[in-house]
Amino acid sequence: MSAATTESATPSTTPFLREGAFGHATGLSCRECGHKIELGPHYACPECFGPLEIAYDFPAVTREQIEAGPANIWRYKALLPVPDDIEQSPNMEPGFTRLLKAHNLGRELGIDNLWVKDDSTNPTHSFKDRVVACALSAAREFGSKVFACPSTGNLANAVAAAGARAGMKTVVFIPSNLERAKQVNSAVYTDSLVAVDGNYDDVNKLASEIAGEEEGWAFVNVNVRPYYAEGSKTLGYEIAEQLGWRLPDQIVIPVASGSQLTKVDKAFRELVKLGLVEDKPYKVFGAQATGCSPVSVAFKGGTDAIRPVKPDTIAKSLAIGNPADGIYVLDVCRRSGGAVEDIDDDAVRDGILLLARTEGIFTETAGGTTVGVLKKLVETGQLDPTLETVVINTGMGLKTLDAVSDRVGPAATIPPTYAAFAATGLTEENVNR
Amino acid sequence: MSVSVRIPTILRTYTGGDSEVSAEGADLAGVLDDLDAKFPGIKGRVLDEAGKLRRFVNVYVGNDDVRFLDNLATPTPDGTQISVIPAVAGG
Ligand SMILES: Cc1ncc(COP(=O)(O)O)c(C=O)c1O
Ligand SMILES: [Zn+2]
Repeated sequence: MSAATTESATPSTTPFLREGAFGHATGLSCRECGHKIELGPHYACPECFGPLEIAYDFPAVTREQIEAGPANIWRYKALLPVPDDIEQSPNMEPGFTRLLKAHNLGRELGIDNLWVKDDSTNPTHSFKDRVVACALSAAREFGSKVFACPSTGNLANAVAAAGARAGMKTVVFIPSNLERAKQVNSAVYTDSLVAVDGNYDDVNKLASEIAGEEEGWAFVNVNVRPYYAEGSKTLGYEIAEQLGWRLPDQIVIPVASGSQLTKVDKAFRELVKLGLVEDKPYKVFGAQATGCSPVSVAFKGGTDAIRPVKPDTIAKSLAIGNPADGIYVLDVCRRSGGAVEDIDDDAVRDGILLLARTEGIFTETAGGTTVGVLKKLVETGQLDPTLETVVINTGMGLKTLDAVSDRVGPAATIPPTYAAFAATGLTEENVNR
Repeated sequence: MSVSVRIPTILRTYTGGDSEVSAEGADLAGVLDDLDAKFPGIKGRVLDEAGKLRRFVNVYVGNDDVRFLDNLATPTPDGTQISVIPAVAGG
């Protein structure tokens, strides 16, 4: 029975694919021109170079079926391009992270009803574990021998760990100036961390060239990108389910390539289409750091043409100067009545400290950007503080300690005597948060 | 002005499967014209109806995206390496 059919492509006839290898996915469809091809390790439309996306013939799914599933992203497996027996093959089982009511941050910003979706508790401490889990499933089904990616850091961590657990060879490529912690967080899982002299866009170019030459390599965000990107939908599904099967009024999401933001919106629309949540208007807001804000600049300029930039910001996980899904971010934010905003590096640091000191959540620079942009959106009147708002924390602060280590430290260094302590003046009345 | 052009997988049907071909031209527009003479139709896949680079293709002359240079008017000196690469998202 078919509850909601999206653009159906011809069912796959590729001989090497086992039956049901991609769940209810029926093919790949070009987001730009609608051209359809069969499932395979393809990512660019042969007609117009547009991004290929998964087309599905979704089954009827109930809330009860989803709620009875495991406490990870596979509870939504019927809506993902993964086989029904996905839990049988070793993977990191990311997802179903906490949705926290942010009373203190809400009070501080004057937002009545604020939630933080905290994805820093995933296995390698970023939302990237979600996308990688879906990419790993695809790589397995295609019989790929090497699991790889170009990365701004978090993706490399997730690919290296998932590859280790899956018993696959991994090769991960990062810009050589990346935070030390992110380098170590990949290198512990794989011998093959390659640091490239250049920025993410250079690394991405190199990976695309390698993907064109090497058979049997699954670059999670290049040749298996359509499968990978679907993993971000689970963030949207979880938020709706954790709110009691309804959509928030407003949501703030960081933007690098723009893939995650567009997929959260896709998730919300799918839930409506499947009858799992009631339809309602919601606004989507994108967050960038000013030192790499090509999408924010285009939003404010009212254009569709995103001019690439050379990134210069401490928010390295968001430092993609040539964001491929940027125009779709503009579409989503404009259509929904949201916006794309950016803040400078000092405001990114402030955002990290604000979230830490109000909610006890230590986020990385991407989250500092998102919280800082949330604050700016309230101050500029772009976000309505009386509406229910969700902000996504996509990554963990321990990976970007340098961003704030100059700003925090001991209030005093004293000998172990009561007199020395008393001399600090740290009494109950004047100890701050 | 002979340059070397790296061809993405989806355009290799035009080049008989070759991933690297040589071409002539003083600038990127000239190189694309020469490629189209050798492999008819290939230019129409890289450029849109208005003759501009398609939105989801990145073209590099040397290591630089031509949108940081002079787009189709970017000079292509002898021995330049040109790469045509589909845009990808997710990092
Ligand atoms: C922590 C974090 N947040 C957000 C993003 C942005 O994701 P996207 O490229 O899907 O816009 C990234 C990575 O690229 C990231 O590492
Ligand atoms: Zn197309």
